[in-house]
Amino acid sequence: MQEGAVLEMRGICKYFPGVRALQDVDFTLREGEIHALMGENGAGKSTLIKVLTGVYEKDNGEIFLKGREGAVNIRSPQDAQNVGISTVYQEITLCPNLTVAENMFIARTKSKGVNWGAMNRRAGEILRSLDIPAAPTQQLGSCSIAVQQMVAIARAVDMECKVLILDEPTSSLDEQEVQKLFKLMLDLKKKGVGIIFVTHFLEQVYEVCDRITVLRDGQLVGEYVIEDLPRVQLVSKMLGKDLDEMADIKKEHTGEVDMSESGVVLEAHQLASVAGIKPFDFQIRKGEVNGFTGLLGSGRSESVRALFGADRTTSGTIKIGGKTVKIHKPLDAMKHGVGYLPEDRKRDGIVGDLSVRDNIILAMQVMRGFFRPISRAKAEEYAQEYINLLEIKTASSDTPIKSLSGGNQQKCILARWLLTNPSYLILDEPTRGIDIGTKIEIQKLVLKLADEGKSVTFISSEIDEMLRTCSRLIVMRDRKIVGELKGEDLTQAKIMATIAGGESAS
Amino acid sequence: MKAGRLEPREKQSKLRSLFRRQIFIPIAALLVLVIFNLITNPSFFAVKLDYNSAGNPVFTGNLVTILDNASELAILAIGMTLVTAASGGQDISVGAAIAIAGSVTLRVLCGDNARPETLQAPIIVAFLVCCVASMLFGAFNGTLVAYFKIQPMVATLILYTAGRSIAAWINNNTLPNISEPSFGYAGNFIPGIPVPTPILIAIACMIVIALVLKFTTLGLYTQAVGINPNSSRLNGINPAFIKFITYVILGLCVAVAGFIKVSRFSTINYSVVAKDIEMDAILAVALGGNALSGGKFNMAASILGAYVIQFLTTTLYAFNVDSSALPAYKAVVVIILVVLSAPTFQQKLTRLKKKPKMAAAAKEGN
Amino acid sequence: MKKILALLLVCAMLFALAACTQTNNTTSDTSNNTTNDTSNTDNADTNTDDTTEDATDDTTDDTTSGELIKVGIINNDPNESGYRTANDADMKRVFCEENGYDASFYYSLKNDEQIAAAQKFVQDEVDYLLISAAGTAGWDSVLMDAQNAGIQVILFDRTIDADPSLYVASVVSDMALEGETAVNWLDSQGLEEYNIIHIQGVMGSAAQVGRTGALDEKVAANDNWNLVTQQTAEWNAETAQQIVQSVIDSGKEFNVIYAENDDMAKGAVAALDKANISHGVDGDVIIMGFDCNKWALEELLAGRWNYDGQCNPFQASYIDEIIQGLENGQAPESQVIILEEKGFDATTITQEDVDNYGI
Repeated sequence: MQEGAVLEMRGICKYFPGVRALQDVDFTLREGEIHALMGENGAGKSTLIKVLTGVYEKDNGEIFLKGREGAVNIRSPQDAQNVGISTVYQEITLCPNLTVAENMFIARTKSKGVNWGAMNRRAGEILRSLDIPAAPTQQLGSCSIAVQQMVAIARAVDMECKVLILDEPTSSLDEQEVQKLFKLMLDLKKKGVGIIFVTHFLEQVYEVCDRITVLRDGQLVGEYVIEDLPRVQLVSKMLGKDLDEMADIKKEHTGEVDMSESGVVLEAHQLASVAGIKPFDFQIRKGEVNGFTGLLGSGRSESVRALFGADRTTSGTIKIGGKTVKIHKPLDAMKHGVGYLPEDRKRDGIVGDLSVRDNIILAMQVMRGFFRPISRAKAEEYAQEYINLLEIKTASSDTPIKSLSGGNQQKCILARWLLTNPSYLILDEPTRGIDIGTKIEIQKLVLKLADEGKSVTFISSEIDEMLRTCSRLIVMRDRKIVGELKGEDLTQAKIMATIAGGESAS
Repeated sequence: MKAGRLEPREKQSKLRSLFRRQIFIPIAALLVLVIFNLITNPSFFAVKLDYNSAGNPVFTGNLVTILDNASELAILAIGMTLVTAASGGQDISVGAAIAIAGSVTLRVLCGDNARPETLQAPIIVAFLVCCVASMLFGAFNGTLVAYFKIQPMVATLILYTAGRSIAAWINNNTLPNISEPSFGYAGNFIPGIPVPTPILIAIACMIVIALVLKFTTLGLYTQAVGINPNSSRLNGINPAFIKFITYVILGLCVAVAGFIKVSRFSTINYSVVAKDIEMDAILAVALGGNALSGGKFNMAASILGAYVIQFLTTTLYAFNVDSSALPAYKAVVVIILVVLSAPTFQQKLTRLKKKPKMAAAAKEGN
Repeated sequence: MKKILALLLVCAMLFALAACTQTNNTTSDTSNNTTNDTSNTDNADTNTDDTTEDATDDTTDDTTSGELIKVGIINNDPNESGYRTANDADMKRVFCEENGYDASFYYSLKNDEQIAAAQKFVQDEVDYLLISAAGTAGWDSVLMDAQNAGIQVILFDRTIDADPSLYVASVVSDMALEGETAVNWLDSQGLEEYNIIHIQGVMGSAAQVGRTGALDEKVAANDNWNLVTQQTAEWNAETAQQIVQSVIDSGKEFNVIYAENDDMAKGAVAALDKANISHGVDGDVIIMGFDCNKWALEELLAGRWNYDGQCNPFQASYIDEIIQGLENGQAPESQVIILEEKGFDATTITQEDVDNYGI
């Protein structure tokens, strides 16, 4: 083992049917460092993490840990925990209906009995020492996602882990919460914990990390000290190509929006839904890309869900193409040419066990109706068309969608809606948890659709992404629309000010 | 991804993909039973053309018996597969529902008289009424499951408990007995046709479901709803309705099975007719390698599973297995089959087979 | 939300139960014209009301002779079988107001529920407790309570494992005798060789044990009596058909089918018919059944079957006799009264027998 290393992985190989997920990958983590693991979707980051935590069995290679003779054999997540490797996943894997303290100590006590008093006291101490705003006896489900995330970390820390893996911990946090998390990470770093940080947010990497390991196509690209690797180079290493295409993609976009009277594609008046958004007006024109922005919980997703009929509307009217239409359920919206890519891909988007092909044709099939199934040959043709068009990486169109990487899953959902040839496409966080390459592809696609005369609503947590694609931004706060920005007002500062509200909006 | 470099392995993978195919387990089970029977009794599969006591030509032999007796189960397996796929649970009331279906049929045919001289209604009317009644009971279960979101096993427990009493009540607790021979055609033979009618009915049902799955999107919808109801809803499917409709379809299957059952003996015994058939139907679905938690399904495998169960029963009878030990034998075979088809076991198996090849591939890769 | 669902479920269950109780009531209405409304209302009472007040009323009634005799009747579910249906109808026919009885009925196939019902009848201070027990064990304490309360207990149809001093009489069928009668009849047919397909009822039930016992003994004792197969069809016609079918398909020789009830005999005959094997009088195979269902006796009359053993469900008149005797201060002649049970031969059966003994 190298001097100061807490973890060393050597020559790790992992195969799946038809795919080499990891090939001869080395990875070293030093004591008291935050180490970013970077790569596109499908590069092998998740696989490497899963091998390390015992979820997958490696086909080849060795893992060494500080303080242990020889290679360790990690066969299950339990093994990983026992040797001091803890993981906090993107999706919270704790039990929301137990208390914070129970979650921190669940499945850890050796004795059968539980000393509740001692448990709550100890939990309180840890929470205080890490400055986590939660009470031990509070139900976990009542905490914000960020706090839940922190509780998960606290649990890991208390298990005296030497290696802490944070798999996309920030993707559902807002800026403030991210800062709190970073502070926690830096505290842990000082205590000598080695942290592996998996994320897609470049800024965050440069904010907290000491080193970066880059993977591409299941192979190691290299390990770098953060100061030696400028962003552009990092991105090009991840993509394996130079980044001319990362230049301002909006340039090619003609930006023609049909301003004529007949150009209004969809218009909502005083719309409100059971999800609790305040009545709002909304309008989108042919060829326009607009966006909803605001903090998490500001109502941006709920607004578009109301437009699509995903949540039952309680008041208001929707006009499509100038005619008032009734949208009670998603199918109504679909029949009027509206498509909706939901925010939570796993929960609302993919149909996990179905093949890529069935997932792609699903919406089109439903619109065709119950008695007009798409023939297998035709379905295959559609699927291949979009697999090629969007460069979806999959072994075949028969592969279950759940075995694809996140970005490729998202492309399939996009393909699903593109296939229905909608006149108005709502994309709610289409780029979340997706690598940079795919992000840019999706942004380009959005602009291309607009050029073709379609209308798009684009929602993203990343403001610069919105700036690059949208010509008009609707800002929401506390479940109502608080501003609309376009043209010269579309700057980061202005948007921030509007989101924050109050006098600072000068 | 890098498919080009993996080509040499593709040839072998055809054989292996057969192993991984869902239908492999029931086919393998069937083959084992066939071979076992052939070894112990080479004439097990002999089919003869005889004449029955009414003077009509009939095929006889173990094979015919198996196909004949498995008909109701195969028909039920169709509906049970759909219910399982869409709602992620099973209907345990099918046995009781068959009692109701049979009782309704006899009630229509007999009227108030338990032993009528002549039929009170045409047989086809009785069958249609039986279908409607069964579909209503299916709709009752479906409503509880789809709209009140009660767990399928709990929801169908109601009819499971009450069904046989309801069946008895329909006929005022009498045991009707029909002497009209034409009523027995559906459960026995149509004069002149040597193949038992239940086999023909089962085949007809399979053709119908095959056509339905081919010419409607029922298969895609039930699977999508079973896997991810949220996503299905956002793609314009009405998950509750799809769940509901699968229970109604199962109701129709129950009606057909119930009609065959009462036709076999032209009478009914409420407490024993189709006893425990719900468990066999669920087992058929499981033997077909379908996840009982819903989602993807393979209809052919389920139906094959039903025939495997009947094959097993008939084999055990043929070997004159001690009657008290019969369920135990059945249980042992079932355990083996279910374990073999369990995904974790299959994964282990493929992993075991793959290991040496993986090492070779790794070298080649380097 | 979950609570609402639970409530709904309870409602649904209640609905289902209501359907069941209604079943019983309707049955009594239609299958027996002499049943009056009293039995129905009483039935409902025992199920729902706490009848302490009624009970006190009745004790005062009790002292004056000529009033109704209050009986609590615990029976198995009449849907269980045709036998039970006939049994229940017979009880309802005899224990009605016209005959001077105020009868309450309780049905269950579960022993513990029956015992609880008996406890309730004791509390209600009935004069007589009539029990057809679902299980043989666990009755001692409740019968003791009955004795202390001065309630006379009469067992019918089935006996229990309790001290005989706890009940006045039991009116039962002797299943072993039924089997013996049947086997003796078969012996009297004088075949050279007996190759028997034996289809049993649910293993362990009194009827199965009794009817199997006699045959087993005979087969063990005689070299020319062989069992081709001996399997349980659990009272189910279809299973019986499958068992016989598998024997036919295997090509084994047989000339007797001994089925422990009529349904199973019917299933066996269906298999024979399919294979064109003649049966009944002058046929190749002797068909034997039990229970004397009307349709089964008709089969006998038509010569398609050979023998049907009676299992007499009509115990009510015997019980009535005992009660009338007790009311007049006469103890029954013997504590165990075994019902007279016949065996019918196809060659001697008459239409009259069918009408009288068919159930």
